[in-house]
Amino acid sequence: MSGYFEVKNLKVDFKTFEGQKNVLDIDSLALDKGETFGIVGESGAGKTVLALTILLLLSAPPAVIRSGSINLDGENLLQKTEKEMQKIRGRNISMIFQDPMSTLNPVFTVGEQIIRVFKNNKRITRKDAQKEALRMIETVKLPDAANIMAKYPHELSGGQRQRIVIAIALSCGSEFLIADEPTRNLDVTIQAGILKLVAELQKELGVTVLFIANNLGLVSAICSRVAILHEGRIVETGKVKEVLKDPRHPYTLTLLNAIPRDKGEKVNLDNIVFKDSENANEKGCRYYYRCPEKKDLCRDTEPVCRLIAGTHTVACHMAFKGGEAGGKQHTEG
Amino acid sequence: MFGVVLIAFVLTRVIPSDPAAQWVGQRATSEQIEAASIELGLDKPLYVQLGKYLADLFKGDLGRSLRSHQPVSAELKAYLPATVELVLVSTIVAIFLGIPLGVVSAKRKDQLVDHVSRFFSVGAVSLPTFWVGMFLQLIFYRWLELLPLGDQLSMGIKLTCEIPHITGFLIFDSLITGDLVVFKDALAHIILPGITVALYPIGLVARMTRSALLEILDEDYIRAARSYGLPERMVLWSYAIKNSLGPTATVVTLSIGYTLVNTFLVEAIFSWPGIGSYISSAVISLDYPAIMGVTIFSACAYVVLNLIADVIIALDPRVRV
Repeated sequence: MSGYFEVKNLKVDFKTFEGQKNVLDIDSLALDKGETFGIVGESGAGKTVLALTILLLLSAPPAVIRSGSINLDGENLLQKTEKEMQKIRGRNISMIFQDPMSTLNPVFTVGEQIIRVFKNNKRITRKDAQKEALRMIETVKLPDAANIMAKYPHELSGGQRQRIVIAIALSCGSEFLIADEPTRNLDVTIQAGILKLVAELQKELGVTVLFIANNLGLVSAICSRVAILHEGRIVETGKVKEVLKDPRHPYTLTLLNAIPRDKGEKVNLDNIVFKDSENANEKGCRYYYRCPEKKDLCRDTEPVCRLIAGTHTVACHMAFKGGEAGGKQHTEG
Repeated sequence: MFGVVLIAFVLTRVIPSDPAAQWVGQRATSEQIEAASIELGLDKPLYVQLGKYLADLFKGDLGRSLRSHQPVSAELKAYLPATVELVLVSTIVAIFLGIPLGVVSAKRKDQLVDHVSRFFSVGAVSLPTFWVGMFLQLIFYRWLELLPLGDQLSMGIKLTCEIPHITGFLIFDSLITGDLVVFKDALAHIILPGITVALYPIGLVARMTRSALLEILDEDYIRAARSYGLPERMVLWSYAIKNSLGPTATVVTLSIGYTLVNTFLVEAIFSWPGIGSYISSAVISLDYPAIMGVTIFSACAYVVLNLIADVIIALDPRVRV
């Protein structure tokens, strides 16, 4: 792993009235240049917090970055001043936000919004920026670009807006792109289109993509590697094939089992329960109370990520005990 | 609008007074008063009087003042520019001070600047105008001797210089005719009443801008704009502020209506020769055509301002159909 982008030992807390709560605790996450890396987790797992932390855009209170480093091309982003960060944002990292409804400024035409980004990041004249913007709208496969340029966000459909959001993120011209659930709130056919688009653009432009989703299916479609995020911790990571074929963490398994495969198949949703803050296990494994495999050991000691095979690592005490065949037959008590 | 006319008309007529006696003056004989009351149509029933008034109103005739025997519309026209000048100046001041104050306040939320600005805004909105006016007079006229007490121009200037009269707005007229002496004098005279009138809208605009911006700065599209590496300057002063302009503009236009009424009081304090001075003397002498005229004018102004506020809101692309 060359470590084009590396997150190390990152701890982010939120201050609440009940005290500080840890929301993100990532030992290590590394991306190679040009790859598409998926991050999967349920709502509230800390996916968006991770994305915003990378850009240093978390609202300062309540969020506190306690420790860690985020390295992009050898430079630690957490040590940058706000001014320096402003230059890195857009130019080096940009982000596709998850909600196309609220990500576009409602009182500017979408053309104007793209043009401004172009002008700012490439230091070109307005006229050139206009041409570039037109081309960019064509790049994201929106027909009738000139017409779309003059439209306000509320005049576009959800899919069109999401394409515009992608266009703006790409207009920055950065090599590292964070896609925060770009297909959320979209129906399935448009989802597929957007996914295809992201994959194509990734290949064409050679950008590195951190693809955040709450759906393993999406990730498996376009990512080479994946990390499963649960309560701010990476519980399982590896090549998509490794993780999908041989899921070791009970949580990954639950996620996979929640996807119906055959018609009429009964899906087990027993372990897909809402997080219960009363039952949060602070000391040991975060998944303790929901885990069907739990042991006393899990309650008291937090599992660390350990290598299983190839690049596949899992943070689970039980994954190593007799679990050759993977989680599905993982019945040992 | 018709309701306003009706109520004002009935009220001014119900008040016990003798308009006919006013009309002919203090040393009139009872025959003269009788004749005047026939001339003014006061002998007819109230609804006939109202009908005649309305008919005249449609022709733009507001009747004649009981004191000066001049048409009220002509008198309004003479007094109006001074008032409008005061309102305009204070509104412009309110916009150019209030909005930045609100923006800075929102940007540095809960910091010292914000606390000072909020303290100022609350004070500006809640201090009574007459108190502020007199307080300013006390400081700048009596103690510091920096600015004049009242009126639109100094007596000396009025007598020695030719006063330009094009639009009726003294500052503007003297500036375009290049009459710097008059301009300087007029400017010095408008500062105190201008500040006094502007104080309320400044506070209002600052608070409105602050609260609107705070909400907007939390929006996703602001965070997104930052993530594209747009400079903070642009994010704040263009992306955010344009979104907050709707509520702010509404507040500004509606506060002009309040300012207009407020001006009446301030004009009395600073003996500013505007509508306020006109109406206060009209009320004292129960000059009912004049009272009616000013009432109708104020009501008109309110309606027009509301219309403008609606138009401004409609400039928002989301509202446009």
